[in-house]
Amino acid sequence: MQGFGAVDHAPAEPPFHEPWEGRARALLSIVAGAVRASGGEFRHAIERMSPGHYLTSSYYEHWLTAAATLAVEHGLVSREDLEVRAGGRFPLSGPVLAPPVTDPGAGVREPRFAAGDRVRVRDWHPPGHTRCPRYVRGKTGVVVRLGGAYSVPDVEAHGTARRHEPTYSVRFDAASLWSDGQHGVSVHVDLWDSYLEPA
Amino acid sequence: MTEDAHHPAPLSPVEQRVAALEALLTERGLIPEGFIDETIHHYESEIGPMNGARVVARAWADPRYKERLLADGTAAIAELGFGGAEGEHMVVVENTPAVHNVIVCTLCSCYPWPTLGLPPAWYKDPPYRARMVREPRAVLAEMGCELPGNVEIRVWDSSAEVRYLVLPERPPGTGGMTEADLAGLVTRDSMIGVARL
Repeated sequence: MQGFGAVDHAPAEPPFHEPWEGRARALLSIVAGAVRASGGEFRHAIERMSPGHYLTSSYYEHWLTAAATLAVEHGLVSREDLEVRAGGRFPLSGPVLAPPVTDPGAGVREPRFAAGDRVRVRDWHPPGHTRCPRYVRGKTGVVVRLGGAYSVPDVEAHGTARRHEPTYSVRFDAASLWSDGQHGVSVHVDLWDSYLEPA
Repeated sequence: MTEDAHHPAPLSPVEQRVAALEALLTERGLIPEGFIDETIHHYESEIGPMNGARVVARAWADPRYKERLLADGTAAIAELGFGGAEGEHMVVVENTPAVHNVIVCTLCSCYPWPTLGLPPAWYKDPPYRARMVREPRAVLAEMGCELPGNVEIRVWDSSAEVRYLVLPERPPGTGGMTEADLAGLVTRDSMIGVARL
């Protein structure tokens, strides 16, 4: 998404601007621990917020909304109870649109790529969570560093199954991402093995 | 005693929602005693850019430490006692006269908590996340970090498990300073890469 204005930069600021922000931060830890939510499931709960709510609310309201959504979806509390206690509407994230992942597929043990290899990012449109940014899909880059093998977010966000794959730091020249001919600029993105194909 | 003390400001809608969720989770016995206050204390007092500044100052003062830091950021940072959530897989990227590094998380707000603390609001907001990969030279200039045209810019999008820390250049004229004094020169922004020292 583009078209945003200047960065509203402040040289220093407190970790929490209001007392409720710290409490919301702690409540997410409580809920995520109680329902054993993966990082992928937590992030997807934020991604499922309505775009209008997401863009007009602060970071910790995102966390609060994700915490309440996961608490309702996993049966810790009901939406009705939340709204009665809050004395009004309690907006939650929208439903999961992707089917649950029951078969995670085989993990990838050995990295398919080495530093220096050219790779292309798959151009696909997953219905659920992914950590493959849209701006690099279909683009070609060069592997600059091998990362560890980690649980694939696209799998862990949608059930209890897990698949592990190597990750890679891939360098993209800005000129290959955007059409305005920026020189001397590169963007590095960390990508899971299955996001990539040989180029 | 003022009138306000008798009639505290009503809770805002978001405060009412936090209180509602907290009350329901408490009734279900899910919140250990003291957990919320301890969590807030940890993020407000125990982590922050003062930790990253110690790492940078050590790297400036000790070339062998700097070598270890660039080779294995997680292990070298752990030597100073820093690690844990959102710092388990650290990569440190070094600024030089020819190369400037800057970190961002376009998909959410990934940030190296043990060394920099919780991210500032602007790092988490859409303008920075969208624009830092699209037009980094322009965004850096707007933020007061004007780079000569021949300086290469490397943007690091924290899209997987690695968290990045920028090692800024040591400012000139600091040869005689102690490591503690050097740490005092290091700013949060210089370790994100939106400022030079």
